[in-house]
Amino acid sequence: MNWERITEKLNILADAAKYDVSCASSGSKRKNENKGLGNASNGICHSYTEDGRCVSLLKILLTNHCIFDCAYCVSRKNNDIKRAAFTVQEVVDLTINFYRRNYIEGLFLSSGIFKDADYTMERLVRVAKKLRTEHNFNGYIHLKSIPGASDELMDEAGRWADRLSVNLEMPTEAGLKLLAPDKNQQDMIKPMGYLKNAIIKHTEEKKLFKKAPQFAPAGQSTQMIIGATPENDNEVLHSANYFYKAFKLKRVYYSGYVPVLVDNRLPALNTAVPMVRENRLYQADWLMRFYGFKVNEIVNHAQPHLDLDIDPKLGWAIRNLQSFPVDINRADLQMILRVPGIGVQSAQKIVKARMFGKLNWDNLKQMGVSLNRAKYFITCNSNTFERRDLTGENIKQYILASSQSKYLKNSQTQLNLF
Amino acid sequence: MALTTLIYDGTFEGLLTAVFEVYAHRLQQVKLHVGELQNAAMFEQVMHVVTDETRGGRVLKGLKERLSPMGVQRLYVAHLAGIAGEDANLLGYMRYAFDSEMNIEEDYGNRYVLRVSELVRMMRREKHRMEAFVRFQQLSDGTFYAAIEPDFNVLPLLNRHFKSRYADQKWMIYDIKRKYGLYYDLHDTQFIEMDFAETGKPGVAVAAYSEDEAVYQHLWKNYFNSVNIASRKNTRLHVRHIPKRYWKHLTEKI
Repeated sequence: MNWERITEKLNILADAAKYDVSCASSGSKRKNENKGLGNASNGICHSYTEDGRCVSLLKILLTNHCIFDCAYCVSRKNNDIKRAAFTVQEVVDLTINFYRRNYIEGLFLSSGIFKDADYTMERLVRVAKKLRTEHNFNGYIHLKSIPGASDELMDEAGRWADRLSVNLEMPTEAGLKLLAPDKNQQDMIKPMGYLKNAIIKHTEEKKLFKKAPQFAPAGQSTQMIIGATPENDNEVLHSANYFYKAFKLKRVYYSGYVPVLVDNRLPALNTAVPMVRENRLYQADWLMRFYGFKVNEIVNHAQPHLDLDIDPKLGWAIRNLQSFPVDINRADLQMILRVPGIGVQSAQKIVKARMFGKLNWDNLKQMGVSLNRAKYFITCNSNTFERRDLTGENIKQYILASSQSKYLKNSQTQLNLF
Repeated sequence: MALTTLIYDGTFEGLLTAVFEVYAHRLQQVKLHVGELQNAAMFEQVMHVVTDETRGGRVLKGLKERLSPMGVQRLYVAHLAGIAGEDANLLGYMRYAFDSEMNIEEDYGNRYVLRVSELVRMMRREKHRMEAFVRFQQLSDGTFYAAIEPDFNVLPLLNRHFKSRYADQKWMIYDIKRKYGLYYDLHDTQFIEMDFAETGKPGVAVAAYSEDEAVYQHLWKNYFNSVNIASRKNTRLHVRHIPKRYWKHLTEKI
């Protein structure tokens, strides 16, 4: 093999794939059968890049040749960059050899669109099929579904892959129209709907027949680019909520726009990546999925933006002071989950531990509760608790003054006034 | 009340036997000590615990009646961590379990229960790190070899994961700190002790590598650099995820 050329291709096609943020390798239950290679069970992050993102899968494009001209994308047709394409066998060899050395959990294969949707999708499916059937590979495979690909190909993709995803790209249809004139949202929603139904059907079959074939056992996910178009957090989160509900998605990823191209429709090249906003969106996403929050409680028309200074749970709490203080020794789990500074694990520990005896501040601290935030919102088995009648703004300022968030570089000077 | 120092051999069975002695002699205040005691205080009571399968077994049986199978397993894992002084907390945990009417596993308000859950979490995290950070190198005979230096003794916990994952290749994971390894020969795994002083560390001589090994290491390093987004550089986060002490065995960080 020509290793130099392979290295060059890997560099080009990994570089082009890195703006897709999906990295999950969990959620599947694929077992190693007949002494084959690998299994896909509980996600493992094998490494982390210098930007702190995890490297779990070999994330590459099959090719960065593309017939589309989406403004936000480095691989757009009119961008003057080096182009490359892997053969099916090259991707298979890289995956197997990286996997055997425990570098990765599996493969995340995406592609630029060459010729048409079906032609591209067929190649992606062929890689997955070859790994599964010829190499008895049971590691994780995430395939990108190409918008507009036929149902037959989507069906075959589901047979070999653990997860499938279609990127929405922009949170709203208007945003998409602006930046990706060649794409339309219906083309993306159609395969999503097909996959949703196919996944439900196969899950039902699996319940009846243990031997029924698996179909995308890790479900489907999507991604939206944040900050390239003017949507506010209210629109972004409502859109995410709609796709979680309507298409039973496992994950919606938010990708802060990294300015790589000059285009008058886009933020200028020197614009900072909206990393804080991205972080707050993920926090809000977690609140919806694991903490029992409704999307309207986090953002709405009156409150269209997430507060960048504080996390969205704290934001909700100081807007709803009438719900506090919460008695840690009595409140139900759902309410304890809503206290700022208490995570899912601590909340469950609290509910279990209080059956043995009442909990005090020391107990809470040792269980991992972040008291500098929680103390304003709870009472426990102690005579000391917050007795002052503080306003939401007071609490926010006290908490900001006592925390060392990396996001507070700018507001530090203002805080010193208090 | 007199303080009694129990001297035992540091094994889990020895610890269980020590618990037996605590109850057999109705000891109240005890201190655990592994191995030989150097300077015993003059008036201190000292008792040598002789590790005994029957006595230890009775304690284990009692624990199984009071804890869930998971709870007993967690005690073993916490002991496996091998952190000096922590056996005292395990002893406290077991005494609390025996002295209580109900199953105390989830009483996180109790300091022993909380400490055991912390130890188990530390072990689990280290195990998970090793599942991620093991980097195999293919030797010329086809075996995949990896060296590790985990903070705690997690190699026994790695068996199941690697055995079910890499079923079709021979592999060995060697703990340099604790000088023993886990070897899989395509059928079963076994723990082996090797002295590399005689043969030299495997993998050090280039001749020991397979033909393709250097190529794939090179490709992996290239891949690792290509997926980085420079404008999002966040060194603090990077180092929090991969603490520097692990770097020397990570192909992409060497």
